[in-house]
Amino acid sequence: MSNRVLMKGNEAFAEAAVQAGCKYFFGYPITPQNEIPEYMSKRLPEVGGVYLQAESEVAGINMIFGAAGTGFRTLISSSSPGISLMSEGISYIAAAELPCVIINVMRGGPGLGGILPAQSDYFQATKGGGHGDYRLLTLAPGTLQEATEFIMMAFDLAEYYRNPVMILADGFMGQMMEAIEFKKVKLNYDIPDPKEWAIGYMAERGKRALIKSLSLDPEMLEKHNQKLQEKYRRMEEKEVRYESVGVEDADVVIAAYGTTARIAKSSIKKLRDQGMKVGLIRPQSLYPFPYKPFNDLPDGVKHVLVVEMSCGQMIEDVKLGVQGKVPVSFYGRCGGMAPSVEEIEEAAKKLLG
Amino acid sequence: MSFYREMIAAGFGGQGVMLLGQIVAHAALNEGNNVMWIPSYGPEMRGGTANCSVIVSDGEVASPLVSSPDVLVIMNQPSLAKFVGKLRKGGTLIYNEDLVTYDNPRDDVNIVKVKANSIAMELGNEKVANIVVLGALAETVDIASADALKEAVKEILGAKKAHLLEINMKAFEKGQEVGKQYVAQANS
Repeated sequence: MSNRVLMKGNEAFAEAAVQAGCKYFFGYPITPQNEIPEYMSKRLPEVGGVYLQAESEVAGINMIFGAAGTGFRTLISSSSPGISLMSEGISYIAAAELPCVIINVMRGGPGLGGILPAQSDYFQATKGGGHGDYRLLTLAPGTLQEATEFIMMAFDLAEYYRNPVMILADGFMGQMMEAIEFKKVKLNYDIPDPKEWAIGYMAERGKRALIKSLSLDPEMLEKHNQKLQEKYRRMEEKEVRYESVGVEDADVVIAAYGTTARIAKSSIKKLRDQGMKVGLIRPQSLYPFPYKPFNDLPDGVKHVLVVEMSCGQMIEDVKLGVQGKVPVSFYGRCGGMAPSVEEIEEAAKKLLG
Repeated sequence: MSFYREMIAAGFGGQGVMLLGQIVAHAALNEGNNVMWIPSYGPEMRGGTANCSVIVSDGEVASPLVSSPDVLVIMNQPSLAKFVGKLRKGGTLIYNEDLVTYDNPRDDVNIVKVKANSIAMELGNEKVANIVVLGALAETVDIASADALKEAVKEILGAKKAHLLEINMKAFEKGQEVGKQYVAQANS
């Protein structure tokens, strides 16, 4: 109890990164994530790190590219339009197989859009964003507590796979305050020492590091792609995470992530109080997506309802999981509007008949 | 039903409604509850309203959205129009009588009027109007205890603003008096 501190989401994200050993942050201001760079500007110098405000998102992500190449833990954060600007650099970092953590505190789009919470960057995070056959390990925390734990884990995952990891949060999570207990989260993985691959350790290694994303020989580039794909298959094997609540006896299962899943939990409680059997599958990893729980739905489940703060993006993966066994419906709000507890309750009731 | 309270505090930017909400959240957390505080952070106009929502629960706080609060703190006129219809039946409205007039008030809610600005001015600093209201809230609403709220004010002022502690404590106590009078009248 006494270890719990009341903190704003953005500040908690930043503190979690520092506690995970993050030493470098490069960023460019954008609402609703500004408290992350603000906090880092004060906090990183205290731990011997460097905070630098870049002149643009494009510059920021390329600074990350360089810093990540030295093997130190790096973080960059932005919100939707800013992540679009970074997408080229993210593709380069994925191609060069460098670890870094990227936080997207999503706001309403498309375009410059608005500043209020949204979840309309699901496609961008999980299906590309930048060019080429790369994947971002994408984690979607539900609460601020979980976000701090996922961020600490993300640094380990990034280093283990030598791949960028994205934390997909939304404006609600960035702006809200909750009680947080900072726990040391450490994956029990055999993480290679960055000295094995990073620049600056030629003497120890007896070999120079070559970090690049250009590969003009098509045979070599194909080989490199195959290597990346093998890595993504390993992620799909090992990094699927989700929470399942009350699915066993459910007539309707709601699929939602992040803040929307929290709202849905309140709706489900109200529905259960009225005797209606509704469950929840909450993907915590969006790539790799938890297809299996949707494929293995109990026979009693008659309908899946996907709820998002978007016009319907995750629903495509849910459908791939369900494979047409039961109908999949959608309820969403977008542009900075959030579905209310009552709206989700009504949408589920319609399906329950 | 387990303990679950929702609150909205609204007023002009600068009236300290965000801080008031944070103090409530701090106090409730220190009493062992789960809490959630969230500001409205939309593109607000100058002279428009700012507001925050607070949820206090002894269980899980799931949805962070507050649609029908148990407690409504209103510091200016536009906020009253915006939120009074949302207050839960049987809930409590605490409003700043100096800046708000409420004609044809709802008869299905408790209404606590506080001359927050006048009291704060008498104490010598209009800025503590929010703490006067907080004192009234401490006596009229069961969201966090008066002791916990007082402690939270001290905690938030900290060493840096220790010179403001005395006036804030006085403001809190003046507010408590208003709250106590309300309770006495309601019970008579």
